[in-house]
Amino acid sequence: MAHSTNRRNFMATTLQSVGLAALGGMLWSGYTDSVKASPLVLRPPGALPEKDFLTACIKCGLCAEACVNRDTNVDKETGKQRPGTLQMAKGGDSLLIGTPFFIPLEVPCYMCEDIPCVPVCPSGALDMPSLLNDKKELDINKSRMGLAVVHKESCISYWGIQCDACYRACPLLDSAITIEYQKNERTGKHAYLLPIVHDNACTGCGLCEQACVTEEPAIFVLPNQVAKGKAGDHYVKGWDAKDQERVQNAKEIHTKTKRSEKEASEYLNMEVEY
Amino acid sequence: MKNIKYLLLRRVTQIAILFLYFAANAYGWHILEGTFGTSMLFGIIPLADPYNTLQVLATGFVLGSDVLLGAAIITLFYFVVGGRAFCSWVCPINMVTDLANWLRRKFNLDKEEVNYRFLKRSARYWLMVVGLIVSAIVGVAAFEVFSPITIMQRGIVFGFGMGGAVVLAIFLFDLFGVKNGWCGHLCPLGAAYSVIGSQSLVRVKHDHEACTNCMDCKVVCPENQVLHMINKSSISVTDGECTNCGRCVDVCNDDALEFGIRSFTKQN
Repeated sequence: MAHSTNRRNFMATTLQSVGLAALGGMLWSGYTDSVKASPLVLRPPGALPEKDFLTACIKCGLCAEACVNRDTNVDKETGKQRPGTLQMAKGGDSLLIGTPFFIPLEVPCYMCEDIPCVPVCPSGALDMPSLLNDKKELDINKSRMGLAVVHKESCISYWGIQCDACYRACPLLDSAITIEYQKNERTGKHAYLLPIVHDNACTGCGLCEQACVTEEPAIFVLPNQVAKGKAGDHYVKGWDAKDQERVQNAKEIHTKTKRSEKEASEYLNMEVEY
Repeated sequence: MKNIKYLLLRRVTQIAILFLYFAANAYGWHILEGTFGTSMLFGIIPLADPYNTLQVLATGFVLGSDVLLGAAIITLFYFVVGGRAFCSWVCPINMVTDLANWLRRKFNLDKEEVNYRFLKRSARYWLMVVGLIVSAIVGVAAFEVFSPITIMQRGIVFGFGMGGAVVLAIFLFDLFGVKNGWCGHLCPLGAAYSVIGSQSLVRVKHDHEACTNCMDCKVVCPENQVLHMINKSSISVTDGECTNCGRCVDVCNDDALEFGIRSFTKQN
């Protein structure tokens, strides 16, 4: 009798523990899943795509320490150390806690040639091979932290007022930002000097955003996955051999709708149905 | 002075280690850089938190060799000196929960302790395993999302933000909620170190002949279930849950407890 009660007790406690563990696990998963959803964040150079980065980052802070303590990080006027570009996400930052990020308006990335933040990464979250050029040297120009975007309506250059602050601030002047001249029809005798950002060169360092003169910057860096569209396999530059390579593995898709049952010549000649 | 020797040594160690981490960021010292997740000792020797490493590996991500080597070094180190020596000699949360414990004793909160049926000391092992499963499902190291240990450490090195609330919550939980609630019942990292150190060499030894059964050791011990041999037999504290904090050695007035090397011959 006692034996069977013991066994029943054991079964009940085990069931209770497993049940509570499952409950806890579900709440825990839900919470973890929600805190990792932070698409509006700029990561250090060479960071893996956001989802992989969140998995890989071990939250050690070696990148942020290398950033703030680099030899070049001194204020030229006072000779004192400046704050670093990279911050470590704290509670209240609405980011996965302990991961490195930067806010260009506070401190942009100065694009150090030796990239001190990347080789120190022990986990591989900052991918050094992605920043090596053909000569196998570190090349900060290969980094893609984000993409600068111009909001034309608030950019005073688009109003016709002369400003090239972002263009001058850009470390890749004339390749990441160029100035396009356009006739100002309103006055008839002036030119617009329009800043144009080029995706093939812009690293997303944010120096332009920091230099912008308007109250809220009219040029700002967005994470790549937010700033960029994607043409996909349905469209190709027929005149560009390289672009054709892109769609080499495109799969044929058959769309089946009511309309596709008929020949094109049939439905194109039909009256339009509303 | 005698009865706070190890307490003092531990506080000096804890604060010195935290200061070295702080100085790595604030002054660019290359002695102990990074945080517990991964650190660099003297700029070359990697050290890594084995449980954090295991969580990332559970997601399927192949970590860099520095982290893996660092985790191996730390595992080996605590395998020798007592797994949970991390908890009492390094972890900053230990200072928070020790303060809560001390206040509990001062304000007699221990006397009315409620028997928390749902919170057993084994809960931490469940959390340790669930943490790995959640990491695998969500694809992010799950304990690191709210670990008060690394939040407090990063807070000291990089600034707290709202992270201080987590540390305060642990303090209140230990003070007004469950005695040794966090370190003794919930912390999955402590559980991992219990497992790692279950066979460790450095252990507290009990001398039954010298013991006068004052039970001072059991009062201060944060894991007093490991002191089951008091008043019974002269054996070592071999339980992996012992943190090797040495408080029992400190408070013993009969020299009945002292650190020693585990004896591998059959004891009795």
